[in-house]
Amino acid sequence: MDKSPHSLTGRRPAPHWLAHLRLALHYGDRPWSALTIGMALLTILLMLSIGLLLWGDSSQARAAFGLSFLKPTSDASWNPVSGNFQAWPFIYGTLATSLMSLVLAVPISLGVAIFLAELCPTWLRMPLGWLFELLAAIPSVVYGLWGIFVFLPTVVEPMGNFLASTLGELPMLTLFFHGPMPASGSSLLAAGLVLSIMITPTIAAITRDVFLAVPLTQREASLALGATSWETIWKVLLPYGMSGILGAVILGLGRALGETMAVTMVVGNSIGGSLSLMRPGYTMSSIIANEFAEAVTVLHSQALIEIALVLFIMTLLLNILARLLVWRVGRGIPQEARA
Amino acid sequence: MTTGTNLWLGVSTRQMIQSKAGYRRRKLSNIFMLAITGLFTLLALIPLFWIIGYVIYKGGQYINLDFFIHLPRPLGITGGGVLNAIEGTLLLTILAGLFAVPPGILAAYYVSYKPNTLLGIVVRFGTDVLSGVPSIVIGLFCYALIVKNQGHYSALAGGIALAILMLPTIIRTTEEMIKLVPHSLREGSLALGSPEWKTALSVTLPAASQGIITGILLGIARASGETAPLLFTALGNDNYNVGKIIQAGIGNHQNIFTILGMIINQPVDSLPLTLWKYAQQPYPERINQSWAAALVLMILVLSLNILTRVWVQLRANRIHGK
Repeated sequence: MDKSPHSLTGRRPAPHWLAHLRLALHYGDRPWSALTIGMALLTILLMLSIGLLLWGDSSQARAAFGLSFLKPTSDASWNPVSGNFQAWPFIYGTLATSLMSLVLAVPISLGVAIFLAELCPTWLRMPLGWLFELLAAIPSVVYGLWGIFVFLPTVVEPMGNFLASTLGELPMLTLFFHGPMPASGSSLLAAGLVLSIMITPTIAAITRDVFLAVPLTQREASLALGATSWETIWKVLLPYGMSGILGAVILGLGRALGETMAVTMVVGNSIGGSLSLMRPGYTMSSIIANEFAEAVTVLHSQALIEIALVLFIMTLLLNILARLLVWRVGRGIPQEARA
Repeated sequence: MTTGTNLWLGVSTRQMIQSKAGYRRRKLSNIFMLAITGLFTLLALIPLFWIIGYVIYKGGQYINLDFFIHLPRPLGITGGGVLNAIEGTLLLTILAGLFAVPPGILAAYYVSYKPNTLLGIVVRFGTDVLSGVPSIVIGLFCYALIVKNQGHYSALAGGIALAILMLPTIIRTTEEMIKLVPHSLREGSLALGSPEWKTALSVTLPAASQGIITGILLGIARASGETAPLLFTALGNDNYNVGKIIQAGIGNHQNIFTILGMIINQPVDSLPLTLWKYAQQPYPERINQSWAAALVLMILVLSLNILTRVWVQLRANRIHGK
């Protein structure tokens, strides 16, 4: 009697070659696990090689300019002809627009998240969530196009003129708010406003998930002690989810820093040397988008790659920080966190 | 004892008075703040309807059949379209899918079964961080990696750039979907003596396939609207016409691989890229065309998004027996 397991099934024992084939197929597990591990390593490899390649390809620029490339100056030069490059205006533009967008987007997205997670009826929660996901899905260039022809003339330009004539007159604030506002409305202010619209869904979605992850008992305990709904939200849920919300805000900042197309279309693209938000400016991503394809000299393209390197390091650090904060709450992070 | 009682009474009275005055204040601030969150939600949604409405209004005026079937024509000559960009968008999306889907699924398979090994943790973390790298940086990376070495811009480089963008989305969704597959299915297959790889390919992944497809579609929706990574990789090409390339290839008796190579080895345009270039030109004709391109792009991206989500929802309802 054949002792092979096949006799149990009542079938004829498998021919010899088939057993060999089965054995061979069984060893398929090794290539399979090697394949999956290899592909898992690919993401890490990608991250490393992005950093290394940008580092290597900016070596000449780093050697030529050193730290003065990044130093804040009032009269920065960006001159492809004389080969003199300083990145401060772009760094300032990126920081100013991103921080401005945060100031506007954080309260609004906090409100949206609270409304979605705590207040709105359950049947409304999903459609509203979808609408915000659509807002996040609109391509960046469409934001830019709408910005140039609709948003800037109707909202940004009047708003900028108003701010310049009020805040711009105050002694301390005049540095950041003085006019004149360009007629087209293209300015750091415009970029900040468009960015705030773009990052609101990101921050709101993560914050909503953070609120939803807070155990129900926390709410019930607070309400049972006599707190109103708002007191429960503000004094119980918010502190409970603070690290996750902070992570959401930092992810939003990371997205704002790296956003390219919409910003390039509305920021005005000028190296004016002015700190005012009402004036046209430039950001790190928009100088790369505008000049890299036409950069002729080695130094010019290397300077642009160095800007990309700085941008990469900035977003990398922010993302690591944010993910650590959000991971403490749970891994319910949506995918909109990309620039 | 009496002082204690007095103290207790005193506090209690103060509290009562306070709460009488404070109760209304607290109630009012509650209503006020809750109303503000509702207002903020409305405020945040205004741009969505404004953008969609305006793009449909403007784009609808300028969209016509020529737009889809002709190559761009010089200014002043009517009837030009963006066939090159539509073909390019499709080509780039297909390439990106080809490059991103197999590695993404394999990596997700590893991560979902070994989430707590060192590599598993590092990869999950790395995926999340990779999704935050600015798209323009990824474009520059692909330029340095591929375009510089090849010596010319190409659809291939653009496809790889978009694939890197899609990868985190695909890994994350697939991972979640594989985790939802009941362990008993996989264990049953393994217990029957089927090797791990066969279990994965014929049991686990098919069971998760609908969810994985959802993730892929969302990744495609995201990638097809991207511009920044294409600026220095796909570059743009006004004369790109797949039909002509294939005709010429057949005419010259080239084999299919040569023709495919010619298709992916030259610069291509894409809808977002065309939109960006046209929007910066001072000619109303071009700007009108960029509104039409925006309409096509929005319909593509948003309908992919909506259909995917509706499909997922219907499936979820069916599973839960509604």
